[in-house]
Amino acid sequence: MPAIEIRQLKKSFGLKPILRSVDLTLHQGQRMALLGANGAGKTTILRILAGLIKPSAGTVSVLGLDIIQDVQQIRRCVGFVGHQSYLYEELTIVENLLFFARMYTVPHAQERVHELVRRVGLERRAHERVGALSRGQVQRVALSRALLHAPHLLLLDEPDTGLDQEGSELIDALLAEHIALGGSILFTTHLLERVLQQSDRIVILGSGRVIYNREIAGLDYDELQRAYGEVAN
Amino acid sequence: MTEIRIFFLHVIAILWKDIRYELHSKQTWLGMGMFALLVLVIFNFTFDLRVDNVSAVAPGVLWIAFIFASLLGLGRTLAAEREQNSMDRLLLCPVDRKAIYLAKLLGNLLFIGVVEIVALPIYALLFNVPLPAALLLIVLLGTLGIATIGTLFSVMAAATRARELLLPILVFPLIVPVVISVVRATQQLMAPTVNEPPWIGLLIAFDVIFLSVSMLTFQYVIEE
Repeated sequence: MPAIEIRQLKKSFGLKPILRSVDLTLHQGQRMALLGANGAGKTTILRILAGLIKPSAGTVSVLGLDIIQDVQQIRRCVGFVGHQSYLYEELTIVENLLFFARMYTVPHAQERVHELVRRVGLERRAHERVGALSRGQVQRVALSRALLHAPHLLLLDEPDTGLDQEGSELIDALLAEHIALGGSILFTTHLLERVLQQSDRIVILGSGRVIYNREIAGLDYDELQRAYGEVAN
Repeated sequence: MTEIRIFFLHVIAILWKDIRYELHSKQTWLGMGMFALLVLVIFNFTFDLRVDNVSAVAPGVLWIAFIFASLLGLGRTLAAEREQNSMDRLLLCPVDRKAIYLAKLLGNLLFIGVVEIVALPIYALLFNVPLPAALLLIVLLGTLGIATIGTLFSVMAAATRARELLLPILVFPLIVPVVISVVRATQQLMAPTVNEPPWIGLLIAFDVIFLSVSMLTFQYVIEE
């Protein structure tokens, strides 16, 4: 059973079509990079898969579950890191993570929260307000929030935003662990080096359709840059 | 874990989060409390209160203070969620949307209730009226009516730019039956008259209707 199976997905906001017909399959244990110019529909696909918005047409299934019929079950097995942190700035790191742990009914929530805070290197700031953290630190907490309930599928919208070298390495380690445990990742990025290092398959969107879809194995940087450049221009 | 247990654990978690948020930001309680007290004091200076007209005037003053202060609080129902201009944080979670509504409603009842508990003795002092135990029941039922409608429409208004303006425009016409019932029930308590409709019964009926409709429609209001 694929982690994600999308067939003829269409999405419009008002009269403006964003996704015209997208077909895409992500197998379990795989990492897929989703690329495209701004406005290509990358975030829209992630938001549909996270159960935040509904498709206008087409079928979407996550781990065999239908996005319309089984959306609550899908929310239980998906972790989402978006452009926004989805954290409460007035609450501390621990208060935020404990709240979301309760929302996902995570067993042994206290231990799980403290384990993740330690893993992302923020144990000294655990009781500080999220509003007082730097952008990179907020991004680390956001990833902890997405991993709290040990989801099968991670959806990451430009996860590198604001991260320094150390932060990037920490997050790469957490994502590698997620894959080693059999999880899958769909992420968007504009960094081609990251695509080559961190994904098994690349999909490029253009004009609301998939216009490039191939495995990373055997792909070199120049070819990737050429393919991406054609879309961007 | 049963679905019902999870439902109530979610309600408690969201409510507790909102209380923690308010304790950190201290924006809602202080604003509402100050507003209610100012309204009571201003009306006390404005009206020529005598023994023969106090029962006709004082209930109206009390409920004007409570309703306007409530609207200040209701406007902040989604203050925490609006931080990043969206409800997505809660909508991402596998939570029954009714649990979100119930938690927000209980939060509003708590915030408004605290302000009312502080304002009631001051009202009694300023207007020289008694505070019978039955008044607490009327206040509870009236607040429930205002909060059920107010919580639903605060979510609706939150999606618009003119939310502060839109909320009272949406809520005031709908709470008219509750306002009439609570003012008349409070008057009845101060100066009982014969042949009055059962205002408390009507208030309970309005609350049940408002609560049922709000619970059923909240999911469609909150989601895309």
